[in-house]
Amino acid sequence: MADAMQDTAVRTSRTVRILIYLILLLFGLFYLLPLYVMLINSVKPLNEITGGGMMNLPQALTFAPWAKAWSSAQIGVDPTGLSPYFWNSIKVVVPAVVISTILGAINGYVLTKWRFKYDKILFGLMLFACFIPFQIVLIPMARMLGLMGIAGTTSGLALVHIVYGIGFTTLYFRNYYAVFPTELVRAAQIDGAGFFQIFWRILLPSSGPIAVVSIIWQFTNIWNDFLFGASFADATSQPMTVALNNLVQSSHGVKEYNVHFAGAIIAALPTLLVYVVAGRYFVRGLMAGSVKG
Amino acid sequence: MSNVDFKTRLQNWLPKLVLSPSLVLVLVFVYGFIAFSVYLSFTDSRLLPSYGLVGWENYSKLWRLSHWKTSLTNMGIFSVLYIGICTCIGLCLAIFLDQKIRAEGVLRTIYLYPMALSFIVTGTAWKWFLDPSIGLENVLQSWGWASFEFDWIKDRDYAIYTVVLAAVWQTSGFVMAMFLAGLRGIDNEILKAAQMDGASNWNLYRRIIIPQLRPAFLSAFVILSHLAIKTFDLVIALTGGGPGRATELPATFMYSYTFSRNQMGIGAASATIMLMTIAAIMIPYLYAELREKN
Repeated sequence: MADAMQDTAVRTSRTVRILIYLILLLFGLFYLLPLYVMLINSVKPLNEITGGGMMNLPQALTFAPWAKAWSSAQIGVDPTGLSPYFWNSIKVVVPAVVISTILGAINGYVLTKWRFKYDKILFGLMLFACFIPFQIVLIPMARMLGLMGIAGTTSGLALVHIVYGIGFTTLYFRNYYAVFPTELVRAAQIDGAGFFQIFWRILLPSSGPIAVVSIIWQFTNIWNDFLFGASFADATSQPMTVALNNLVQSSHGVKEYNVHFAGAIIAALPTLLVYVVAGRYFVRGLMAGSVKG
Repeated sequence: MSNVDFKTRLQNWLPKLVLSPSLVLVLVFVYGFIAFSVYLSFTDSRLLPSYGLVGWENYSKLWRLSHWKTSLTNMGIFSVLYIGICTCIGLCLAIFLDQKIRAEGVLRTIYLYPMALSFIVTGTAWKWFLDPSIGLENVLQSWGWASFEFDWIKDRDYAIYTVVLAAVWQTSGFVMAMFLAGLRGIDNEILKAAQMDGASNWNLYRRIIIPQLRPAFLSAFVILSHLAIKTFDLVIALTGGGPGRATELPATFMYSYTFSRNQMGIGAASATIMLMTIAAIMIPYLYAELREKN
């Protein structure tokens, strides 16, 4: 977290400290346990799992479950593995993240530096949209995508994520730009800089931290989405989460737990990677924007 | 002359012009759609939207369905336990992590990473881990504890608690981070002064520190309650709503009534009730937040 902030001044005795370390470690184990189970069982032959060795390290290390989950496992009707669905997710995530972040940046700029009557109400309307239960828009959205001719496509899904992502990206950029000195904007205006020039030359160059927050947030949410994917995608445009669920829930044949675990890790890898690589920037950026919650 | 005039007028309109695409999207896709869904809840829509008004019929049908009552009871059990346990664990871990802990960075990373996972991944991991035939029960029995039984995920009366367990696992670390940020913002001078006056650690936390965390408690409550009402994918992946209907929630109810049972009117009515519940929590909160920052 922010380096300027300090630990508490509360002092504790030796025994209490040992107890605290113990509890913290136990919780660490609790959070790591499912990841451990997924990892070790994804590199085991199936008989080692069904034989009661879920917690044991693999005796015969194998990467066949990973290969199968990626390229040949039965998903729906076709033995395609998860790979085509992985690319579907990419096709949804990339445009949706980029466009919703750009829109959020521009909205944040207007809402903080070009205040006008009722701007707060407009922002409130956008903000409330972040928290609606999406069940309330499923039926009309399905109709709308049909009317627009993009039902069951990855571009349709990207549109859905852009629309319901704007609220959050606007929130992030608005809070970040709110503490950006307005005098600089006014000074540039007096020098004759226009609306877009001010945005390009003055605000955008210092927007790195909050852009990272917005991109990570959107990436994680969209990659992990299941509801929209399950509702609006057809067999050829399903995202990763829907395909993984189909793989795990499929009722015919032997349950290949090792393949399921490998598939789950493959589905989790992109967001885990983003979290490990850029997680610290996420927290730091959030603090800089003093976003509540 | 008129050229300059046009330019200034354009500059005045530009901000609103630039904002308008987002605004139109939100007005149509959020508020327009909400209006449409609420309208559908008063119609005889089944497989497809239909526009014959039937008044409150869908709502009275809905409240007579045992399926809906089950999902509401589950929602009650789930949200109370989920919000309560996440807040407790989050607060305790944050307080403990705040005691100049050596490996704080590593522990924080471990506590937080589940938040990056999809609920489908979380559900899959816990589904097999809790499965009596290969998971925990089987493992402990093979380790020699022959009488050990843990089949909650297959038990109608207990399955909902496995949903709580997986959901707590996923989000409690995030709540911890919120409380930790709150703790780091507390002025140490006050604490030192109280310590000089001989206050015990227990009193320090009870009287001074925890009361100052009020905003963190509020944000945690708002975020957790909206996550609770939206919970859908986790149930689908973990239990599929079963065994039987034992773990159905309003979100899964709405989905199955709308898309598999062709009762769109009833589905829309249930979605409307979900929206109203969230609005009752979110609107006062957002109103207070936006006024504060004025």
